Amino acid sequence: MYSFDPTEEQQMLIEAVNKYAVNDLRAAAREAEESGELPAKLVSKGWELGLLQASIPEAYGGFGERSAVTGVLALEAMSFGDLAGTLAVMTPALFAMPILLVGNEEQKQFWLPKVIEGDWRPYTAALIEYAFDFDPLALRTTAVRQGEEYVLSGEKAFVPFAKEAEAILVYANLDGVTQGFIVSKNTAGLTISNEREKLMSLNALPMYRVKLDEVKVPASNRLGGASGHDFEPLLASMRVAAASAAVGVANAAFEYSKNYAKEREAFGVKIAQKQAVAFMLAEMRTEIEAIRLLTWEAAWKLDNGKEDAYIEAYLASTGAIDMAMMVTDRAVQILGGHGYIRDHPVEMWMRNGRGFATFTGLAIV
Amino acid sequence: MPIEFEPPKPILQTQFVLKTVAEEMMRAKSRYFDEHEHEIPWDYIEFMHNAMKAMGAGSLAPKEKSSSEGEEGKGERGNGKRPPIGYQMLAAQIEALAWGDVGMYLCTPGGGLGAAAVQAAGTPEQKEKFLARFAGEKPTFAAMCMTEAGAGSDTASIRARAVLDEKTNEWVINGEKIFVTAGDKSLTEYEKLGKGFIVVWASIDPSAGRAGMRAFVVEAGTPGVKVTKLERKMGIRVSDTAAISLVDVRVPFDHLLGSPTIEKTTTGFKGAMATFDATRPLVAASGIGVARAALEFLKEKLAENGIQIRYGLPRQKLTNIEREVIDMEVMLRSAWLMVIKAVWMADNKKPNALESSMSKVKAGDVTTKITQKVVEILGPLGYSREFLAEKWFRDAKITDIYEGTGQINRLVVARQILGYSGAELR
Repeated sequence: MYSFDPTEEQQMLIEAVNKYAVNDLRAAAREAEESGELPAKLVSKGWELGLLQASIPEAYGGFGERSAVTGVLALEAMSFGDLAGTLAVMTPALFAMPILLVGNEEQKQFWLPKVIEGDWRPYTAALIEYAFDFDPLALRTTAVRQGEEYVLSGEKAFVPFAKEAEAILVYANLDGVTQGFIVSKNTAGLTISNEREKLMSLNALPMYRVKLDEVKVPASNRLGGASGHDFEPLLASMRVAAASAAVGVANAAFEYSKNYAKEREAFGVKIAQKQAVAFMLAEMRTEIEAIRLLTWEAAWKLDNGKEDAYIEAYLASTGAIDMAMMVTDRAVQILGGHGYIRDHPVEMWMRNGRGFATFTGLAIV
Repeated sequence: MPIEFEPPKPILQTQFVLKTVAEEMMRAKSRYFDEHEHEIPWDYIEFMHNAMKAMGAGSLAPKEKSSSEGEEGKGERGNGKRPPIGYQMLAAQIEALAWGDVGMYLCTPGGGLGAAAVQAAGTPEQKEKFLARFAGEKPTFAAMCMTEAGAGSDTASIRARAVLDEKTNEWVINGEKIFVTAGDKSLTEYEKLGKGFIVVWASIDPSAGRAGMRAFVVEAGTPGVKVTKLERKMGIRVSDTAAISLVDVRVPFDHLLGSPTIEKTTTGFKGAMATFDATRPLVAASGIGVARAALEFLKEKLAENGIQIRYGLPRQKLTNIEREVIDMEVMLRSAWLMVIKAVWMADNKKPNALESSMSKVKAGDVTTKITQKVVEILGPLGYSREFLAEKWFRDAKITDIYEGTGQINRLVVARQILGYSGAELR
């Protein structure tokens, strides 16, 4: 059967997340973006919504089970407030979800409670590399087996909270296959850049370069244990997450520019009464809906172990790249000169919008 | 029910059956009928009529009382507890048939848009009177006559008139209608066909504007109505598109659908618009069938030439062809999901004016873009009439035109999202 109604529980969750997104995240977003400081209280408050905790079974310290559908609904709702804040709140998921999804029993027992019990703790993951043709399936960072250890070498970019991280899940190329390795802080050969990444947006999210100079980790730190893990389900989960965040940001830009167009007058009418503007909004809404549904279906396929979930997640994230750019660009355009001024949030969303071509790896459901 | 994307079993079964129909009854004849415009595909019509009769249904329109039953939705029968899937089934059927040949799908006997108008605007007695014929012995057609030479999407400018002759209690209708899909098969009394009808939109009070607009059922054989021309078209050539003239056409009083009272409201007009809420996603589905045919054909040809699509790579690493194909898949799948959502809402009696029009906007866009791109990428193979890609390109274009152009549907979407009336957003 087809159905497009979130469950009551999901609906309640969306409402709670949305409230936080609008009242807290968005209210603080501009100042955080300008100052590069994200108030710790703000992050804690988002953490207390319990999104990650609710994805993890009781046996590992959580109180629920993972649902990619719930994940995309929540991520969209939170990104509607502010993307940088959302990614900050959810950074520990970058570490915990892969362990939950493909880690072995010991890894789950050992790490998951540490991450999710209590306050927000800096656990993170490092996937992205600083190359125009960065490809999660062909990493430049390498892992080589040496006796009872793996030796990791390379450089990672855009690693959120790397500086303070208790542990980083580092993805590396092991004989042509992408595999995750858990690297604890202070491991020899691990260097975190002093400077934060300076990007076109997400200034509020502290991100770093991470250098791995023959970093040695015990073989048991390989995600999934001795036989490792499939990377596809993780990549698919990252892609639907990125797609849902893109939908959230685009929807924020759409709503804001729509409301503006209904207020702003030109030639004696509201600009929304001009077809040139009204049609832009109609197309924005249509594209958002298109990618939202594609993202939902991909998430549903992940939850239900459908064979083509990986491809559909790829399609969703690919579509989201174009949709987010188109919608956020138009939002700025509808506000005209005002859209270009940093008093309004649309220019920030447009800068966020371009990022979805690059953000795979910064969120996971 | 939580968010779910599992196609209902009866729909999967239907799609499976219709694929064979599409291949054997439709694809095999696609080129012939494209090159023999105005010939009628009797084999297809009779096959579909018999098939639908065997399934216990007379038309592709879902029945109001038992909308859980598409005519091939046997799996749903007798189980009132499951959510209704009538419109979902219909959308899937239409997509599957349009994948075969969208022009021929438009020749599927049954009520079509004419019956849809009776469904949307008629009284229970009228439904009984006019819709029973589709379950008869012979295949039967009905058509919607709204467009005029001077009034396309601007239906409020319709000039056809209906005047009540109080002595005989008959409506006297005069007007000229164009672009009537299946108008010929609905009006001309072919021996192989049952008696059809057209639904004519005309004003009973031109001073009342839209509020004066009403729909009238005019049956085949009524004196004064005739097909004056069959259009020659860019595509969907097997589907007849008729011009119809009505000169002093007399119909009984109860052939006016719904209420004859002129109120200040625009009830009559809203009847027509309600029809569109139901039918727009279905038209979208028909376009998507064509686009899927074209995209599948492209992928076959690429595979024959040793080109594989490497899903999962970052765009920077894709070849141009891979990127085009992947982008087309995004368009096609997301457009289809929008159709599914719109018809799912219709099945569940949720107001779907927004979703319905968005699905049409999207389908109009992606259907034309995909078929155009496929011809481009295939080069001479795309442009040649040896293959059907060029035909799909021509067939696809109508999706963005009929049942409200892409622009009209954008207007509907915009009014919905902005909360504007027609006066506020013209």
